[in-house]
Amino acid sequence: MSIFEYNGSALVAMVGKNCFAIASDRRLGVQLQTIATDFQRIFKIHDRLFLGLSGLATDAQTLYQRLVFRHKLYQLREERDIKPETFANLVSALLYEKRFGPYFCQPVIAGLGVEDKPFICTMDSIGAKELAKDFVVAGTASESLYGACESMFKENMEPEELFETVSQALLSSVDRDCLSGWGGHVYVVTPTEVKERILKGRMD
Amino acid sequence: MECVFGLVGNGFAIVAADTSAVHSILVHKSNEDKIMILDSHKLIAASGESGDRVQFTEYIQKNVALYQFRNGIPLTTAAAANFTRGELATALRKNPYFVNILLAGYDKETGPSLYYIDYIATLHKVDKGAFGYGSYFSLSMMDRHYHSGMTVEEAIDLVDKCIMEIRSRLVVAPPNFVIKIVDKDGAREYAWRESVKDVAVASA
Repeated sequence: MSIFEYNGSALVAMVGKNCFAIASDRRLGVQLQTIATDFQRIFKIHDRLFLGLSGLATDAQTLYQRLVFRHKLYQLREERDIKPETFANLVSALLYEKRFGPYFCQPVIAGLGVEDKPFICTMDSIGAKELAKDFVVAGTASESLYGACESMFKENMEPEELFETVSQALLSSVDRDCLSGWGGHVYVVTPTEVKERILKGRMD
Repeated sequence: MECVFGLVGNGFAIVAADTSAVHSILVHKSNEDKIMILDSHKLIAASGESGDRVQFTEYIQKNVALYQFRNGIPLTTAAAANFTRGELATALRKNPYFVNILLAGYDKETGPSLYYIDYIATLHKVDKGAFGYGSYFSLSMMDRHYHSGMTVEEAIDLVDKCIMEIRSRLVVAPPNFVIKIVDKDGAREYAWRESVKDVAVASA
């Protein structure tokens, strides 16, 4: 079994009209055994920037701690929050540092940049960035997620419709993957507010 | 195979561990205590490679004590858990410790808590957790009978049910278990469940 499939995960981020949504599953497993059904994969870096980390849970936790540390230093030096594009470069650099002994994680970065323009990107475990205008996916359910998102995505969705689309795409994809699921965790971020919602899907 | 499990009840946390020290087919002793009292209100139940288990848990215990000496106040359970995870994570890519840990503690402000810490440094706060082959039986038993806010009597009853399952269904089931509890009055041994007693050595 691949080390990326040890804990199981599913992540998706989607762009809407002046907003974005980022969603994850909630299962923490050790291969075939489920340990917890309330595992947090999406982290807030600041009010307009969210980071999702799929892959090996221990590396996701280590990477998150390192990135929060770097962002706090950034805030002290620059006296402002980091832009999503800059943060993506930071994550990419951090991952490539460990090129020959990598973190087994695939991050998904979603944020609101200048003039509230939504920004999403993903990268592989050694920091190869992949920018997208519509959606990005990661995790053990990524293949199903690609299909679901491609068919359900529409441009310029309002936050409520975006939430429905992301939720349906996530739930239908994790239902085809035994290593991810046990509900969903969706954040819909607009320039004025962050709405966090828990989804109840097939609990198996 | 080593069995460790634990759960959180109403104002207390309980952990149980088997007490066999095994090398290949030989049982060296069947009264080995694998639950260390970390400080006045914390327990650390560890399973895995015996040398690593003893060395690592003693290292954590001494560092937790050092913090208290230096700072005059004890660590919270969450802080001790995060410190333990940090040590495991740092060692992971150099010289990993093959120890799985359930850290149970009681804090005055937040009450009882239980932390699941994998040998690859995956940290998660849980209501019930287990390690080893016994986990296949104890987790299912706990999924069926556990509810939040159990009394000590109910929790001990559930622990005994789990032990019964392990004894009857695991092929190389450990015969003896130790149960320890931590609540507002501190961390202490609660009971032993012995089905095989070590024979007393006749004096020469």
